[in-house]
Amino acid sequence: MDAQPGSGWAESGALSHGEEDYVKEARPKVGFQEKITPMSKLCSLSEAVARYIHDGDCIYLAGFTHLIPFAAGHEIIRQGRKDLTLARATPDLVYDQMVAAGCARKLIFSYMGNPGVGSLRAVRAAIEAGALEIEEYSHFGMITRLQAGAAGLPFLPMKLTAAVDLERSNPNYRRVSDPFTGQEVVVLPPLHPDVAVVHVQRADANGNAHLWGIIGEQKEAAFAARHVILTAEEIVDEAVIRSDPNRTLIPEFIVDAVCHVPFCAHPSYTQGYYDRDNDFYLRWDQLSESPENIRTYLAEWVLGVPDRAAYVEKLGPDLLRRLSVPERPAAPVSYGAY
Amino acid sequence: MADYTASELMTVHAARLLRDGDVVFVGVGLPNLACNLARRTHAPNLYMIYEAGVIGARPSRLPLSIGDPTLVSGAAAVCSMYDVFTLYLQRGNVDVGFLGGAQIDRYGNINATVIGDYQRPKVRLPGSGGSMEIAAWANRCYIITPHQKRRFPETVDFQTSAGFRYGGIERRQVGVRGGGPQAVVTNLGILEPDSSGELILTALHQGVTVAQVQENTGWPLRVAETLRQTDPPTPEELRILREELDPGRIYLG
Repeated sequence: MDAQPGSGWAESGALSHGEEDYVKEARPKVGFQEKITPMSKLCSLSEAVARYIHDGDCIYLAGFTHLIPFAAGHEIIRQGRKDLTLARATPDLVYDQMVAAGCARKLIFSYMGNPGVGSLRAVRAAIEAGALEIEEYSHFGMITRLQAGAAGLPFLPMKLTAAVDLERSNPNYRRVSDPFTGQEVVVLPPLHPDVAVVHVQRADANGNAHLWGIIGEQKEAAFAARHVILTAEEIVDEAVIRSDPNRTLIPEFIVDAVCHVPFCAHPSYTQGYYDRDNDFYLRWDQLSESPENIRTYLAEWVLGVPDRAAYVEKLGPDLLRRLSVPERPAAPVSYGAY
Repeated sequence: MADYTASELMTVHAARLLRDGDVVFVGVGLPNLACNLARRTHAPNLYMIYEAGVIGARPSRLPLSIGDPTLVSGAAAVCSMYDVFTLYLQRGNVDVGFLGGAQIDRYGNINATVIGDYQRPKVRLPGSGGSMEIAAWANRCYIITPHQKRRFPETVDFQTSAGFRYGGIERRQVGVRGGGPQAVVTNLGILEPDSSGELILTALHQGVTVAQVQENTGWPLRVAETLRQTDPPTPEELRILREELDPGRIYLG
């Protein structure tokens, strides 16, 4: 495999729109901080979004409830991206906000609720008004598409479920015969987002990333996508990563940009770093009843701040204290000194 | 007069359906409470799996969502979603799944997707999530829902997950491995499938009449030959629900 940074999907055949540009500009030209080498992928989230996310792209902000990169969603809103296809198993509040902000043309999803609370009101209103195209799966269907994309497969089979209406509503669901038994299976094609954004607990400057806790679909989204923007609570020395290689879900050579973004996931959470802001999820349910209130929220908390650091400062020390979590470390393991 | 709410009543009866040692695919809301109640009462060895990929969870507080960090701390294992849906569910390692939705019909089909036409929805609901596959591949499925006529139509507007018969397709002909919906727990009683897969009334809660259930069901409801009367929630069950599991009454209302 071509080991150059950011070389990505050399084997994936048909190039999508923008892919040739991507090959040309795959290696970051600009070092954001002065002390890093010109080859470093470290940059601000704003630079990463400007460089890799374009109008009309299909993007996947990864994370099942956990590690949702809200900061990336907010930056995309600030940069005024349009006509995006937003893919996520659970659109969550981050896509509710992006749909309300006018970033989206289409939604690919498998559960569009506010988890444990209710409905995603902006998304729902857009769909009921016919203003947002949808492509819908079950969770397993959605994840199967990512897994096929990540594995470089043309399709992946699933067993029949006897539920037929979703299959009939989405032409990506097809049936083929199992060549071994002759029985029917359902198949789905791969999903290759233009850009996946994955938030992690820690990464080194090259993009080798440790994540733990719920690991939903981050690895699959990263391997399936054409570009990967990594955001991390901490940037650590490569030696920290190499001390625990089993915890590395994402290797550097599929990563294009590495951004140090503490508290990136709020109101989602980062296991061991800060808690899920359940109060916010409950509050959003009421706030989002009125489009006017959503606009006010976006004006104040997204457009009204330059970046995540300012957002965190605005959240204030009381909230950060409320979301702080006591330590519960794992027992250490030894890999042995061979 | 009953000194418990409809949510408490349904949660308690759902909890009682769980057997010690069951591997349960836990959903959000009342199923979450039911599983945690069962684990604190008659089923201490209940093995809780969450679709977020948490295996053997032992949450120390009520999780608001199925991806809450409290599920992870102290769990037996964490895996990817692809793993949880393949290694655990599709492979046949799950005993019980909980399902929910806006409509459930005569043959146990559930609609969690849309009221009205799919292309031009009157009400757009959250959609399948894990339920399409849970209904197919878990050994037993249970449903907790308030008993109202609009929630119990003769046929669902959209079949998000499969019961026993729908649009000329019979579950057993398709060869899905799971047993399908085994009980629907409502605030009035319990419905269970007969041998043809039709949901019939098998139990009434205290003070409820058959006529009341029929009034709130959208098809001519058949009644089991031996209609049971359920035992009301015990003080201990109510204490655990109110004091330990949902003191803020986020789900109990």
